[in-house]
Amino acid sequence: MNDLSGRISWADVGLALLLVGVSMVISRTRRTGLERDIAVATFRSFTQLLAIGFVLDYVFDGNAALTPVVLLVMIGTATVTSGGRGKRVPGAYWIAATSVSAAAGGTLGVLLVLGIVPAVPRAAIPLGSMIISNAMNTASLVMSRLRDDLGAHRREVEAHLSLGETSTEAAASWHRTAVRNGMLPIIDQTKVVGLVALPGAMTGMLLAGASPSSAIRLQMVVMYMLLGGNAFAGLVAGRLTISRLFTADHQLIRSLRRVAG
Amino acid sequence: MGDRFEYRNVRVDGDAAPIIEGFSARIPADGLTAMVGPSGAGKTTLLRLLNRLDDPDAGDVLLDGRDVRSYDVLDLRRRVQYVGQVPVTFPGTVAAQVGPDVDALLARVGLPAALADREADRLSVGEAQRMCLARALARRPECLLLDEPTSALDTASKAGIEALVRKLADDGLTVVMVTHDPRQASDLADRTLTVGAP
Repeated sequence: MNDLSGRISWADVGLALLLVGVSMVISRTRRTGLERDIAVATFRSFTQLLAIGFVLDYVFDGNAALTPVVLLVMIGTATVTSGGRGKRVPGAYWIAATSVSAAAGGTLGVLLVLGIVPAVPRAAIPLGSMIISNAMNTASLVMSRLRDDLGAHRREVEAHLSLGETSTEAAASWHRTAVRNGMLPIIDQTKVVGLVALPGAMTGMLLAGASPSSAIRLQMVVMYMLLGGNAFAGLVAGRLTISRLFTADHQLIRSLRRVAG
Repeated sequence: MGDRFEYRNVRVDGDAAPIIEGFSARIPADGLTAMVGPSGAGKTTLLRLLNRLDDPDAGDVLLDGRDVRSYDVLDLRRRVQYVGQVPVTFPGTVAAQVGPDVDALLARVGLPAALADREADRLSVGEAQRMCLARALARRPECLLLDEPTSALDTASKAGIEALVRKLADDGLTVVMVTHDPRQASDLADRTLTVGAP
């Protein structure tokens, strides 16, 4: 059987570490100065995966009620990461939390309600983690892009406002650009799927011994789920960012406008 | 006629120190009022309080005797149009930005009717500034706020815009114009409001 699951021993993991050694040697000889980063990344990935492995074993082993807790911890981490990236937007953490939760709740909810995936931890946690990490990137991109664009195009935005437009109308074209910008990576990924790289979910199933035809079906669900999740995240992040970059009286917030004279 | 605008003991905070502090003044409804003063004195800031692109940190700004904050802000901005220093054109034709009365409005601001179908980003700076005035006038405002409307223009375009602004004031609009140029203020304005005088 070609099933690799259960075949990888700790000794195999140790052997694979040799490849990290190779990258260290390359870094050292080419003087890229990345040895420390490589070591930290290796150590972190090792401990984080070890930890999540224990957690998942425990949850899968008759503790399914903990599934929401695992997902909430993931959402919390994504919120801190994305909120930190967008921190020049007031309320960035709150925006990140709302958009990531909306993406996870909305997308996973649809998949579960329609019965596309079973409501078991083995399905909800890995799929949820993919939605959450993608939504996190989209929320960061949308927040920082909108903030930068509205600041850079202050004159245009205020020209719109001066004509009596609402802040939503005045920001519309930059809102569109930011959401597009946040969505493009997943759209591009969806376009080239299978041609450039075999994506993670499919790779995992193949390595675990599944047939290619069932692996691609899962991958299709994953891609469409991520498209949906990112659209949710982009939409919510864009809408909330605009509400934080303007006052209720349709004024750009002060940190976005530096007026002399 | 009475006062169109009034500043009452206005303060606007900057990053470190106030940009404007304890400023009080009245702007009558008729004619053209020039706001003059050195750069950095807060003229633009004061102008932006009149259509609520900004609000004071202390004090009040009144329009027709009522606090500007008591009006619906979108309606206020329609009534009190603002045209900035550098003309801002949006994507699309002149007609798309100026609206259904484009022919009459272009004539009013001294632009040829043929420009209606031109892409706005292909106008010269002087033409673009006139188009911005036409776009503002399309909202049928009662007041026009102009922030250094000629500072981006060459001498010929400048004289043209000055004549146009004077005519708009004579037609009954309340015009408030910020300028750093005392010559322009004394030639053009019915009265001068000095900001930041020692």
